Amino acid sequence: MAKFTFLGGIHPYDGKDLSRDKPMKAVLPKGDLVYPLSQHIGAPASPVVKKGDRVLAGQKIAEAQGFVSAPIYATVSGTVKAIEPRRVVTGDNVMSIVIENDQAYEEVEYPQPAPVESLSREEIVGKIKEAGVVGMGGAGFPTHVKMSPKEPEKIEYVIANCAECEPYLTSDYRRMLEEPEKLIGGLKVILQLFPNAQGILAVEDNKPDCIELLKKLTQEEPKISVAGLKTKYPQGSERQLIYAVTGRAINYEMLPADVGCIVDNVDTVVAINRAVREGKPLMNRIVTVTGDAVANPQNFIVRIGTNYGELIEEAGGFKTEPAKIISGGPMMGFALFHLDVPTTKTASALLCLTKDEVSEAEPSACINCGRCAEVCPGRVVPKLLAEYAERFDFENFEKYNGLECCECGCCSFICPAKRPLTQAIKSGRKLLLAEKKKKK
Amino acid sequence: MSDLRKVSSNPHIRAKDTTAKIMLTVVIGLLPATLFGIYNFGLRAALIVAISVATTVLTEYIYERLCKKKITVGDFSAVVTGLLLALNLPVSVPLWIPVVGGAFAILVVKLLFGGLGQNFMNPALAGRCFLLISFPAIMTNFECDAYSGATPLAAIKAGQGVNVMDMIIGRTAGTIGETSMIAIVIGACILILAGVIDLKVPGSYIVSFVVFVALFATLSGRTVNGPYISAQLAGGGLMLGAFFMATDYVTRPVTKKGQYVFGIFLGFLTAVFRIFGAGAEGVSYAIILGNLLVPLIEKYTMPKCFGRGGERS
Repeated sequence: MAKFTFLGGIHPYDGKDLSRDKPMKAVLPKGDLVYPLSQHIGAPASPVVKKGDRVLAGQKIAEAQGFVSAPIYATVSGTVKAIEPRRVVTGDNVMSIVIENDQAYEEVEYPQPAPVESLSREEIVGKIKEAGVVGMGGAGFPTHVKMSPKEPEKIEYVIANCAECEPYLTSDYRRMLEEPEKLIGGLKVILQLFPNAQGILAVEDNKPDCIELLKKLTQEEPKISVAGLKTKYPQGSERQLIYAVTGRAINYEMLPADVGCIVDNVDTVVAINRAVREGKPLMNRIVTVTGDAVANPQNFIVRIGTNYGELIEEAGGFKTEPAKIISGGPMMGFALFHLDVPTTKTASALLCLTKDEVSEAEPSACINCGRCAEVCPGRVVPKLLAEYAERFDFENFEKYNGLECCECGCCSFICPAKRPLTQAIKSGRKLLLAEKKKKK
Repeated sequence: MSDLRKVSSNPHIRAKDTTAKIMLTVVIGLLPATLFGIYNFGLRAALIVAISVATTVLTEYIYERLCKKKITVGDFSAVVTGLLLALNLPVSVPLWIPVVGGAFAILVVKLLFGGLGQNFMNPALAGRCFLLISFPAIMTNFECDAYSGATPLAAIKAGQGVNVMDMIIGRTAGTIGETSMIAIVIGACILILAGVIDLKVPGSYIVSFVVFVALFATLSGRTVNGPYISAQLAGGGLMLGAFFMATDYVTRPVTKKGQYVFGIFLGFLTAVFRIFGAGAEGVSYAIILGNLLVPLIEKYTMPKCFGRGGERS
């Protein structure tokens, strides 16, 4: 049964007013485009072009390697300049294809797609796989894998994650408002894969206009409904979303399909629509460029591979020198040490803040107030787990469900002693999971 | 590469509340009881409060200076300890009493165990109990200019009648901050509204106290009626203890269920001490004993996590 919310969570300043009313605007890249071969979960893609090759927009430049992987497409026409390691948002150096943009934006001819209704399950999943669609909410899990659960007939809910609970982000909001038919179209494609499922558009109630619009457009759709969820971070977290919509709860060892659910983010569903109905690969995404340091916050339609620096220029540059630049939202995004990184399939926002609240906050002793446990959507006791992680006491870390942490950041946010709880638990999880893998 | 910016792990934003703000809110919550104490017992009460707070803050400052540690007096936790200790002293104590008690509370109970967050007992209460054991005559002498009789709790214990209305307002003998139920509850409301405390510990403490005190009093052959229970509730340090000392974050369980268990245990102990004990009062001992059980309570009341049954409670 739907709960429309979950236990725990926080209400940070949402900053969405900065960019809420800015319509999506396409940005044409000017400089080189960089395509990291690993911008999804799973095996990195392997290049099918070499240095000096001329490529067109929409041409495949890297092939998926194995089942859990995804191909990558050029998003401009130009010449392959290099295949070399480049810095990405996480700070890692990742093997990437660099394309020198000839600014002609020549695109390949796409074959006329067959009507969706005539396609088989395998054909649809194949098209999604071929288009390089991955989870665009941030995780980057290859979508065709998600679409291939062991027992498709047991899927009861296909949930479009339209929560957009991260502060400052308005990319999904604009997509819903401006291209709702593509979202609904994509959802219908997925529903064709799962005959026993109903589609649910799960929107936070801070977007009443979207809820109203989507309700109106799905009036005639017997299998699709709209769920207005209570606005609270992290409502868009997969586990919390499933719980809010269906009342079913999964732990970290389970997949949504285990409780009959498939969850996909707005932009992912739109990408599925494009892949199956238009036969076009994943080439662009909406990126919210925002923050109090940005002159003119915007929601851009960005060709994947575009340099972040260009996006800032498009948004009028900085009006104030930013103290912190974040790829993604303030709760789960990656802080960047410089702007010379490419937009990837999973980049939802570029957030530039004039204040770095983290370096301003001096951590002090834990006073055991319990607020971290109160806000934790995973219902664990973060202060305890952080202590275990800091002491490398993995036995207790695991015993008290350290692996259940989804790294949403609520505990660090709320902590009055400003302790880096999420960070400690995150490191603890990484170390413990690595150790478990080794033992296997 | 001079344009490199600061990076850090997510999240990149923080809530506004700080430890210092929370402690300051507790101080504000204690002000009604403090002001009533000064009004009730005279300016000497203010002097004792000032000495106690000065002692706790200075002790912390000097210790941290000598040990070359980070100075933490800015978090106001020492102020809370000093203030609570003073409110738990009779107005008639000699002026060196708050100095000895304050220094013991901060130095021995808090700093030697690792400072804020590491103390296993509420420092102010441990300071009070230290004084009670060391200087029982001074600490149980409630005679002062304003009142010459026994405390209402002692009167009840001796089978005498008490004026419950006076007890609720606070016009009785007792320690500086414990007499006025009204002032304490007003302060508690401030803390509850500010989100600093909730009713889990005080609520379960008070309810279980009523149940056990009624039970034990009946067992020991007393007539238990409305006035008796009201007097037990308004008398002694129950209200101050339940709302301001049992709720001390550091020394109460962090788990929700544990907080109820803790509260019920405190109610039980307080009733035992008050009905069967030699003295009339038992709140302080009940709380510091309860503090000692916190690790055990926490261990057995760990919440279930999301996806394993914890999503509903």
